[in-house]
Amino acid sequence: MSDNTDILADKDKRKSLRKLAGAAGIAMTAPFSPVLMGHALGSDRPIKVGMQLHRTGIGASYGRWYERTAVATVKLINEEGGINGRPVELVIEDDGTDPKRGAEAIEKFATWHKTDVAYGTLFSHVVIGSSPRAGELKLPYYVVSEGYHVASGSLNRYVFQPGITDVRSQMVSMAPWIAANLGKKVTMIFPDYAFGHDHRDYFSAAIAEQGGEVLEMIPIPPTESSFTRYFPKIPRQTEVLYHVLVGPGVLTFVKEMGQFFGTRDRPRIFGYIDSLEAVDFATPQLEFLQGTHFWEAFPRYAQPDQTQHDQYFRGQVGVDNNGASVNDPRDISTYSHMFGCWETLFIIKQAMEICGYSGPEDRQALIEATESLTEFPESRNHPQGGKTFNGKIHQCFGIQHISRVEDSRLNVVHTTSIEDGLYEPEADYTQMAL
Amino acid sequence: MDLGPFLFLASLEGLVQAAVLSLSALGLCLVFGVLRVVNVAHGEFYMAGAVIAWAISHALPGQPLLGFLAALFLAPLLVGLAAFIADRAILRKINHNPEATIVATIGMLYVIQQSALIGFGPDARPMEPPFYFHVNFPWFGYSGYKLSVILMAAALLLFVWYVISRTRLGLFMRATQLDREMAQVSGIPVGWVYGLVFAAGAMLAALGAVLIAPIRQVHYLMGLDPLLMSFIVVIIGGLGSIRGALLAALVIGMCDGIVSMFFSPTLAKMISTLLVALVLILRPEGLFGQRKPL
Repeated sequence: MSDNTDILADKDKRKSLRKLAGAAGIAMTAPFSPVLMGHALGSDRPIKVGMQLHRTGIGASYGRWYERTAVATVKLINEEGGINGRPVELVIEDDGTDPKRGAEAIEKFATWHKTDVAYGTLFSHVVIGSSPRAGELKLPYYVVSEGYHVASGSLNRYVFQPGITDVRSQMVSMAPWIAANLGKKVTMIFPDYAFGHDHRDYFSAAIAEQGGEVLEMIPIPPTESSFTRYFPKIPRQTEVLYHVLVGPGVLTFVKEMGQFFGTRDRPRIFGYIDSLEAVDFATPQLEFLQGTHFWEAFPRYAQPDQTQHDQYFRGQVGVDNNGASVNDPRDISTYSHMFGCWETLFIIKQAMEICGYSGPEDRQALIEATESLTEFPESRNHPQGGKTFNGKIHQCFGIQHISRVEDSRLNVVHTTSIEDGLYEPEADYTQMAL
Repeated sequence: MDLGPFLFLASLEGLVQAAVLSLSALGLCLVFGVLRVVNVAHGEFYMAGAVIAWAISHALPGQPLLGFLAALFLAPLLVGLAAFIADRAILRKINHNPEATIVATIGMLYVIQQSALIGFGPDARPMEPPFYFHVNFPWFGYSGYKLSVILMAAALLLFVWYVISRTRLGLFMRATQLDREMAQVSGIPVGWVYGLVFAAGAMLAALGAVLIAPIRQVHYLMGLDPLLMSFIVVIIGGLGSIRGALLAALVIGMCDGIVSMFFSPTLAKMISTLLVALVLILRPEGLFGQRKPL
């Protein structure tokens, strides 16, 4: 790490000298050429952030809120003077929540829009499909995806996940609480693609460490629309049913789960909020969830100990204290994910300021500057909570919450620490060529 | 879960699937039988039915039963009207030519799907069922509405059978299917029959969708799966054979339900598709289709 910092320091020095020389030259010619002056400083050209957005396809409800959050963040950054004195412009491309279109969006950002960075992808199959193209085109790619694919080292040096904790860390931090409070014999229901496989692999490992075991794994295709047929596979001796699902069918999934259990004895239920992101807990037929637990990264319902940063974030993005849009109480946010868009943009800004980013020729310096970051203290720019960042695996680590459903709302019952979620890194992107 | 209850639940799921599938497959089958048109946009008429049903039930908040009944009546009617117009405006202009209509209906697929995306939005939205009634079997719980879907679909299928076999319109349809030119010289308004059958096919798909909307959610991409399944059913049953389509819908629906539960839904799809391949190789006219004279 120290080597990198030194390189960076050298680069910084060179850059400062170059800038100084440039500024001196401009100062001499400035009276004669005001147009040239503006151009040389670059103040007229905005910094373009290419947002790869799930506007349509199975990730659309996340996309809607990712867009609102990104727009609010850019507005705030611009009101405060932009990045390095230049305004930020959000360029949005819809990827249809499809890996192939995702890769095309990356190409479009690099070659057509000529954006400075790409940003904002959630669904892990889109991230995995787009990353190779971002690496080839040397376009820094900041994802807000949660999957373990970034930290695992399976992508490349141009891909970062600095604004949201990965699934493996979430599993490691919560498994002890689940084993101690809910039970040790677990059945898992998860979406049958990369993101779900992270749950499968790392939760089963984490619960085994606690002396527990996974009795049955039930994968469900993310485009599935009918779920009753999966539930009979839940073994009778299951103590905890662990569910995580994404896609347009999530509400049907949870409802059919309730119908299946009916009024009989059922296992304790621990869910990822993904199974009900953008869905109102007060929806009919969800009453059976009373007393069950959910993971949340950022509590959807404002808690009694709400921080001023949470309050500020809700105000800027337009979310009320129940996690719904201020304009429409039925429009529920994806609160446990979208903060990542806010935080990631501020991290891009921070990294660009460190390396004095002035244009695409500084992309490599931007990569090194991002890798040099180590900590994001809880603040207005990081409302979800303080985080540490490991530049070698391009991944941040933050706190997690476990909430209980009480009267159709979620109340936090346990919060993990950053240390709870740390694991031994398996990769080092800084060794890869730029 | 023990084998008995497990099989029971699988059969229930299979029956619900078969009920809805038989409606949409029957629509596809009618259109092919009478018009010789392979309607690739069939799934989108299904989706449009669900979207309209959602809009109607959404416009009548707090009255789920009224909303559902209104949707059951109005959504197929509106979809049928749109299909009728599409037939007059597009398919008729290309003389219902089999190759050209495939391309034309692919176009319709995109137009309907993207219109739904623009108008309805990209989200999956729940439609409230007309009633909440929960059946608690000793081994598992089951939605009462789902059970009612099986009965409603059976009633609708009986009605379709009545129209086809006992009414004048049904006679016209059967005559046109047997021999278009003879029907025309006998004074049957073949052009109108074409339009009406195309509309009826779309209406059947829409009916299936209205029944399924309160169980699943309404989404602009929901038409793809029923399209594939309907094609599987129609090919296995025999293109144009109504009896074959109904029987194949029951077999495929039940097989899908049972294999999905005992093994995996992906395997169920693979088996259905494999069955199509086998039928095409061994009996290209389908189980109940008529072999064309050489």
